[in-house]
Amino acid sequence: MTSKFWAKVTVAVAALYSGVVMADYQLNLTRGATRLTEDVYQLHNMMMWVITVIFCAVFGFMFYAIYKHRKSVGHKAANFHENTSVEIAWTVVPFFILIAMAVPATKTLLDVRDTTNPDITVKVTGYQWKWGYDYLKGEGEGVAFLANLSTPHEQIYGSEGKGENYLLETDRHMVVPVGKKIRILTTAADVIHAWYVPALGIKQDAIPGFVRDTWFRADKEGIFRGQCAELCGKDHGFMPIVVEVVSAEKYSGWVAETKKAIAAAADDPDKKWELADLNARGEKVYAANCAACHQANGQGIKGTFPALDGSKLVKGPKRGHIDIVLNGKSNTAMAAFGKQLSDTDIAALITYERNSWSNKAGEVIQPSDIKAARK
Amino acid sequence: MSAVIDNHGHAHDDHHADHGHPPGLMRWVSTTNHKDIGSMYLWFSFIMFLMGGVMALTIRAELWQPGMQIVQPEFFNQMTTYHGLIMVFGAIMPAFVGFANWQIPMMIGAPDMAFPRMNNWSFWLLPVAAILLVSSLAVGGAGVGWTMYAPLTTQAGPGMDLLIFAVHILGMSSIMGSINIVTTILNMRAPGMTLMKMPMFVWTWLITAYLLIAVMPVLAGAVTMTLTDRHFGTSFFNAAGGGDPVLYQHIFWFFGHPEVYIIAIPAFGVVSQVIPAFSRKPLFGYASMVYATSSIAILSFMVWAHHMYTTGMPVAGQLYFMYATMLIAVPTGVKVFNWVATMWRGSLTFETPMLFALGFLFLFTLGGFTGLVLAMTPVDVPLHDTYYVVAHFHYVMVAGALFSALSGVYFWLPKWTGNMYDETLGKWHFWLSMVFFNITFFVQHFLGLAGMPRRIPDYNLQFTAFNQISSIGAFGFGLTQLLFLYVVLKCIRSGEKAPDKPWDGADTLEWTHLPTPAPYHTFENPPTVK
Repeated sequence: MTSKFWAKVTVAVAALYSGVVMADYQLNLTRGATRLTEDVYQLHNMMMWVITVIFCAVFGFMFYAIYKHRKSVGHKAANFHENTSVEIAWTVVPFFILIAMAVPATKTLLDVRDTTNPDITVKVTGYQWKWGYDYLKGEGEGVAFLANLSTPHEQIYGSEGKGENYLLETDRHMVVPVGKKIRILTTAADVIHAWYVPALGIKQDAIPGFVRDTWFRADKEGIFRGQCAELCGKDHGFMPIVVEVVSAEKYSGWVAETKKAIAAAADDPDKKWELADLNARGEKVYAANCAACHQANGQGIKGTFPALDGSKLVKGPKRGHIDIVLNGKSNTAMAAFGKQLSDTDIAALITYERNSWSNKAGEVIQPSDIKAARK
Repeated sequence: MSAVIDNHGHAHDDHHADHGHPPGLMRWVSTTNHKDIGSMYLWFSFIMFLMGGVMALTIRAELWQPGMQIVQPEFFNQMTTYHGLIMVFGAIMPAFVGFANWQIPMMIGAPDMAFPRMNNWSFWLLPVAAILLVSSLAVGGAGVGWTMYAPLTTQAGPGMDLLIFAVHILGMSSIMGSINIVTTILNMRAPGMTLMKMPMFVWTWLITAYLLIAVMPVLAGAVTMTLTDRHFGTSFFNAAGGGDPVLYQHIFWFFGHPEVYIIAIPAFGVVSQVIPAFSRKPLFGYASMVYATSSIAILSFMVWAHHMYTTGMPVAGQLYFMYATMLIAVPTGVKVFNWVATMWRGSLTFETPMLFALGFLFLFTLGGFTGLVLAMTPVDVPLHDTYYVVAHFHYVMVAGALFSALSGVYFWLPKWTGNMYDETLGKWHFWLSMVFFNITFFVQHFLGLAGMPRRIPDYNLQFTAFNQISSIGAFGFGLTQLLFLYVVLKCIRSGEKAPDKPWDGADTLEWTHLPTPAPYHTFENPPTVK
């Protein structure tokens, strides 16, 4: 072993050590942005105190016995093996301690579950693997969009440096006004997801076919991040949530802007498209919705997600292809994209799939085809 | 663990008619001897433990730093799934059934289990189930979590079907094993051994066996409904057909919560034998121990939905399950107090079995306390499905059940093999396990508090430090268990000869009435218990 080798080892260990020392060490629950997260934070602290005291007391006895009642210090064993009054005491006393803990817990729980009189109601839908937001009631009614992970592929799989919000960033934020009661309705399109934002004190399962609710009222402005908390398949770790709490004026501005953008983005459903334009658009739709399973190269993942490159269905008549994209396939991860995407997007997507990789149909699917197939 | 080969020789000295057994492999395939079968259970569970351990290390290696480096997300999900299933059904449960087979007949003065042929069959189903389970990885696997929540399971590939059949077979094995244990305990005790004179280990297994018979069919029902939803057009868990995905969770956890105690209660039993033996003092509060264990078992049927606080059940349901769950702290507390009181004013020594029992007591109680935190619904909401829960149940499962099993192996190894294990190495095994276990899992509490969800293959940079600490601990813990294998093999091959009763304070029949090593056939004439 040369001294050079040991120098290298020292540098590596030092780098590891400094990495560990400089890193983030959050030791307690997130101090959140709502009154309820503060209540829960305090409740948890209270629990920790009670537990610590009992733990120290019980194991104080144990370690005292270990220290004093050892055979090696010549301690002779006593022969007692029951004591009714002690046994009754240590059954009854914990019972009262538990009641003392249950009272504040009950009070907080009733607050947590009180979803009455919201100012704004937003429906949150879990998809494999993104979140959809529909503003149902209150200011902003009618706004609807999907939010996808915006961390680039190269940061996850490659050597590109990871940003501060790595895996906790989305292309669109759920924006809400500060100080207003926001009711969240959760549901899902495919499997169970859970909408989890630590700083807002919310974790609510999103269950396909059912609607559950929860609420929050943010006391301060800011950007709060979270992610899916219920295993939902391959990209469970890659469907973050970003909630942006802004002032009332800023919120009104955001609503107006978003509505305008949605109107502008709406396509003329009867427009006739050229192959090249549709292909270009379809490539983007494919990357956002399909590539996670079927892969960018259309090869899928063997045994789990079928390949589209050379697929019989994709090369076959367009009706079957349109049908599976619109309606999905039951008992598989193939979602019904008819509910998520516009006619133009689906037309572009199908055109792209039929004209990519080794698939060379040369055929253009128009939005009107999709419209007809929806009926 | 498996000194039965040595025991073969002793069987001849035993003046009983030696029935003989076929040589070689066929001896093990056709054996109906409770000691042979106990050894096979223990070796099987150790092999599965290593397999599940390699999967755990794959998980920890991927989580060493942010970004995807080693495996794909799909495979990562499969690793968490199979790690959980293998450790619960393949490692911990069979390990305690192994103890039951070896110990129950010897501790109650019976010649064998009540149904020896069924005993053989319930063991040999296990390798079949294990092969199905592991081979399902080869057909695409199923990354659905060990809890197998619908409707994710409806989407999974053919690997899911193999998983379902494996669970069916494991369930059959457990039910047969349990019926055997109940029948043995209720009918084959030596004259004079009333129920309230049975060793605590036997009591805990009697209660556990009833739990198993009650809930394994429930699990079989849940996975069968998944199977018919997948292939036969039913809609138990599909809202579009009038079903409800949450129904699955109710059924699963009606099995799943008693399952936690199926694992924990025999562990209590082992510790209740070991602590008095090394305190040289009888178990404190024997009767209250029996009542506490029974109440834990009964309560375990009434608290299942505390695993489901975030599914959106009515607030009245949340309140009920919170109160009922907190109530379990009372009998659990009684048990911990009893163990400490057993040590109080004893004459303590700290051989390896005692060290593992104390490690169990200390860390299991810690896991119990975090369980109390999680029982509180409003506190559970931010912690549910995070690493806090992962830390909590590993304190209960690893520091609880596994440490107790290790304690039991060191405790009974002299009786099983006739040889003493290496005390120095045993102590090394304990201290390394203790340190690495806490490095691995204590920091996971902090990850959960900070909001890292479980079952994710990649994470934000803020979680890096604790994940690296945890990964270092995990590899240390894994390697330490190879030392355990070495200690056991060394004991079997070249350990010093053990006396009939190596532990001063041990007072059950296998120590007081039987030579070491225990002969192949024991108690053909029952002893009389005063």
